[in-house]
Amino acid sequence: MVIDDPPNTVGDEVIQMLNDHMSSNVAYSLDHVSFSYLRGKRAESEEVLKELSCLILSGRVLGILGPNGSGKSTLLKLLARVLRPQTGTIELLGESLSGLSQLDVAKRVALVPQETLQVFPFTIAEMVLMGRSPHHQGWGGWHWEDAQDWAVAQKSMEELDVAHLGHRLVTEVSGGERQRAVIARALVQEPKILLLDEPTAFLDLHHQLDIARIIKRLNRERRLTVVLVSHDLNLASQYCDQVLMLNHGRLVAFGTPQTVIKPEVIEEVYGCTVLVDRHPQSGLPRVSLPV
Amino acid sequence: MTGSAIEQGLGDPTSVILLHVRMPRVLLAFFVGGSLAMVGVALQALLRNPLADPFVIGISSGAALGAAIALLFGLGISVGSLSALPVCAFAGALLSLMIMYRISSAQYGFSVYTLLLAGVVLNAIFSAFIMFLTSIADPNRAFGMYAWLMGTLTGPDWPTLGILVLYLGAGLVLLGMHAQALNLLTLGEETARSLGVEVERVKKMVFLAAALLTGAVVSFSGIIGFVGLIIPHAVRLVVSADHRLLLPVAGLVGGMFLMLADTVARTALSPSEFPVGVITALVGGPIFLWLLTTRQTQLGMK
Repeated sequence: MVIDDPPNTVGDEVIQMLNDHMSSNVAYSLDHVSFSYLRGKRAESEEVLKELSCLILSGRVLGILGPNGSGKSTLLKLLARVLRPQTGTIELLGESLSGLSQLDVAKRVALVPQETLQVFPFTIAEMVLMGRSPHHQGWGGWHWEDAQDWAVAQKSMEELDVAHLGHRLVTEVSGGERQRAVIARALVQEPKILLLDEPTAFLDLHHQLDIARIIKRLNRERRLTVVLVSHDLNLASQYCDQVLMLNHGRLVAFGTPQTVIKPEVIEEVYGCTVLVDRHPQSGLPRVSLPV
Repeated sequence: MTGSAIEQGLGDPTSVILLHVRMPRVLLAFFVGGSLAMVGVALQALLRNPLADPFVIGISSGAALGAAIALLFGLGISVGSLSALPVCAFAGALLSLMIMYRISSAQYGFSVYTLLLAGVVLNAIFSAFIMFLTSIADPNRAFGMYAWLMGTLTGPDWPTLGILVLYLGAGLVLLGMHAQALNLLTLGEETARSLGVEVERVKKMVFLAAALLTGAVVSFSGIIGFVGLIIPHAVRLVVSADHRLLLPVAGLVGGMFLMLADTVARTALSPSEFPVGVITALVGGPIFLWLLTTRQTQLGMK
């Protein structure tokens, strides 16, 4: 929900309602967050994110949309605290994100990067087990996984249908299998929030559908809060409860797919006219390119 | 050394040679080989590059420059300043690692090529300094320098070995502590951070450990190349890529490999011997080239 000067104004009563349920219903609360990449002490370019304020609700699937360079991935990295904002504050489940240790964040939030490259011959099972690392303290996480860690890993691998690949090398499985294994690794962290950076970017149609359904299922069955970055407006429309549109680092629209995925918003942000009709099955917005 | 031992009546010549000549040398070979292999493992994980090796990316040359300064200006000759040599080598290793750290931290344009080219250039610069120093130095010392630069394991005594073990111990504890962090770092720095690793702190500690180990090893044995490249690669293939296993096993295998290589260097052309660095380069160089040509896709070079 947009707080200041939103193009899609949400009523005051909605914000009031949200404030009432602040502690239980809000996964992230962002307040005037700005970020630029630094080179040494100086900003490398203009701000990638500008004065961003919004609330991300628990238990929902949120899609972050926007053109190339609009700050989508940067926002996701701020939420994972892989990057830290220069100004503004981010609260994670009611706690200040900057006050938490990297390990504390890792117990609450799991990040699935756009692409997982691995040059060393780790097996799928070994990589999935690495997700248990945040749960073991001391000596730089030096620990051998115990029976419980293996049980958690086995369950996640079965859930993502990669258990049969456990002994295969990360480098030798297909892109779709690797992406499922990376999601299994994220689940092994037992997070409350799952962040995904373009989870379907390098996959064919079959695997795109596969990953989208898995995300929806995890959201329902595990009550996971999901935040995903996507270029695919239709995927976001079908599988996200809410979408957030960024343009040049600013929040342009935030709400349900019906309120955000509209021809005028898309034309303003992407600079091209599109056709938006209804999906025959779901009735949700469907974007098509004009002839 | 042996002469004085005999005069002190420590036993018959055979046991003196065994105890005071052969044993220290074999142990030195083991420590040097093991340390180089473990530094290789650590650098490869940090730089996410299986071609990284203290020699290839210029860390050994940096340490050698430090050691050469100590040797040629007599800092390492007198017993009183015995520890000046490893300290100078450590400083040199640290300098080249800091340059590498800057290069690997650059946000854009860091690739396998950048790393290897940077290593080549660093090697060239440090070698130029070393050549300059040897050319203005006393010829007798300069000759010793050349033999040492080729990588040699001759002539350690027990006290020297003791100092080496101190340096290596400190470096090994630092590396061992971060074995699991190294596992996570192979997934990329951002993923490692999202899994709870304090990436900047870990990188600094591991680079420090690498500088300690390389500095100590180079100051005692010169430049012995490629051990840090071939041993980790072989152990990963046969045992595991998990750094909690890989580090100690590569250490053991690297130690045994260099013991073997040194035995060949000492006995193949007996009674004369040649630097052990010749053997490691002749074995390791071709393997490096083979990796470079066969693993291009995997290394993200295509």
